[in-house]
Amino acid sequence: MMLLSSLLSEMPRFFGYYNLLLLGQAFLTTLALSVSGCVSGFCAGLALAVLRRAPSRALLPLRWLAMLFIEAFRRIPFLVTLMLVFFVTQAMGLDIALFTIAVVAIFLIAAAFTAEIIRAGFNAVPAAQWQAAAVMNFGYLATLRLIVLPHALRSALPPAIAYLVMLIKDTALASQIGVLELTQAARSLTSRGYSAELVYATILILYFAISYPLARMGRWLEKRHGAARHR
Amino acid sequence: MAQLDIADLTAGYGGTPILRGVSLSVARGEVVSLIGRSGSGKSTLLRSVIGLTPPTGGSVALQGTPIDYASRRSLRWLRDRVAIVFQQFNLFQNLTALDNVAVAPVQVQKRPRGEVRDEAAALLGRVGLGDRLGAYPEQLSGGQQQRVAIARALALHPAVLLLDEVTSALDPELVGEVLDVIGDLAGDGITMLVVSHEMGFVREVSTRVAFMAEGRIAELAAPATLFAAPQDPRAQDFLARVVR
Ligand SMILES: Nc1ncnc2c1ncn2[C@@H]1O[C@H](COP(=O)(O)OP(=O)(O)OP(=O)(O)O)[C@@H](O)[C@H]1O
Ligand SMILES: [Mg+2]
Repeated sequence: MMLLSSLLSEMPRFFGYYNLLLLGQAFLTTLALSVSGCVSGFCAGLALAVLRRAPSRALLPLRWLAMLFIEAFRRIPFLVTLMLVFFVTQAMGLDIALFTIAVVAIFLIAAAFTAEIIRAGFNAVPAAQWQAAAVMNFGYLATLRLIVLPHALRSALPPAIAYLVMLIKDTALASQIGVLELTQAARSLTSRGYSAELVYATILILYFAISYPLARMGRWLEKRHGAARHR
Repeated sequence: MAQLDIADLTAGYGGTPILRGVSLSVARGEVVSLIGRSGSGKSTLLRSVIGLTPPTGGSVALQGTPIDYASRRSLRWLRDRVAIVFQQFNLFQNLTALDNVAVAPVQVQKRPRGEVRDEAAALLGRVGLGDRLGAYPEQLSGGQQQRVAIARALALHPAVLLLDEVTSALDPELVGEVLDVIGDLAGDGITMLVVSHEMGFVREVSTRVAFMAEGRIAELAAPATLFAAPQDPRAQDFLARVVR
């Protein structure tokens, strides 16, 4: 009761102009980190999965690199990837914004994970579908575009989205290199004397506002996939 | 010159030999039926000719040209001329009946879309599916899917058609329809290799019948001869069982 009344009395000051500006900016940063990292990661993951299964012998070295990349970045904790990108760019003397470093790190890890998820989607397409396309002289890319991807993406999208929702939570680690996103904003606000309960409740709601629509979309796609199967 | 020349063909799955030396020469416009017990290698022979179960030995020549199954170019050339209807149909699940038939002529053979769709609709009409053009495979019965698969193969205008058990999922009256289609095709000069358990069908359509046993052709003869007086004891046994 005491806590509630003290929180209520703190609210007008907490939601003052400058704090709202800070929270708004942090919210947009987290959103931008999530969206840019996820979208670019998904596209690169798709490309990696396609490359990894390519039949061409000329692409063999590239296929090995793709596999190495996928296996490596799936096993490295996100924080390590982030530090890696941070220190490598520092060592190379590149003057890159912290935000960009965080985006690159998220991109790397999202690419590796979605590549693996999409690969599983390819494997879920019955061999008979690939064979029917092969005997009709469809090329690899035509087979993917016309037959395999519609099938594979339908089964890969829900797990891919579930993964990306998790990745949104990982963007909090960007605060470790000083990117002013939601978690960093929370730290800054509590250090300025606002009660942690109020600050983190606000942050929680903002995280929710980003990931809930994505999770809903995932569930919708899953339901549509199920419905299509029992059509 | 034979249209399709198979000589001493061997093939198998992961080291297990299934075909143990199949030789068969098929002339243009001929319909050769493959019969034999389940597991005797009939499907494997068709899959091997089209390169899905690549031969491990022997040779296949199409229209006098030997096929190199290790060469993608040679395989492509072969598959431009040979079409297969699978025992399990293998229709594209994400496409309607019409698109299943039209997709390869449009996307692979680069023929005009309008012309192809008209032909696809006509072919589906010919196999009794004129009213199901927009249906997806999972909305069709087994026999209907099989007929879509036949139309899909015909739309490719193959010189050689490989048919695996195309009558197994059909109602008796539809067997008659498919029989008519095959008769027409043979009249058009299309060469066919047909696997069937339907002896009435085999007797009707075939110019010759090959009896397969243990990965070889044990006996090859005109249908009248083979059904009346089989020489191979396994063929005698098989026919005694299937023909009442
Ligand atoms: N993909 C596969 N992997 C391993 N073995 C296989 C495979 N496909 C078939 N076989 C084996 O090869 C043998 C011949 O099979 P095939 O399908 O050619 O027989 P079939 O004459 O077509 O029989 P059916 O009349 O039942 O269709 C069988 O013993 C079967 O178990
Ligand atoms: Mg078979």
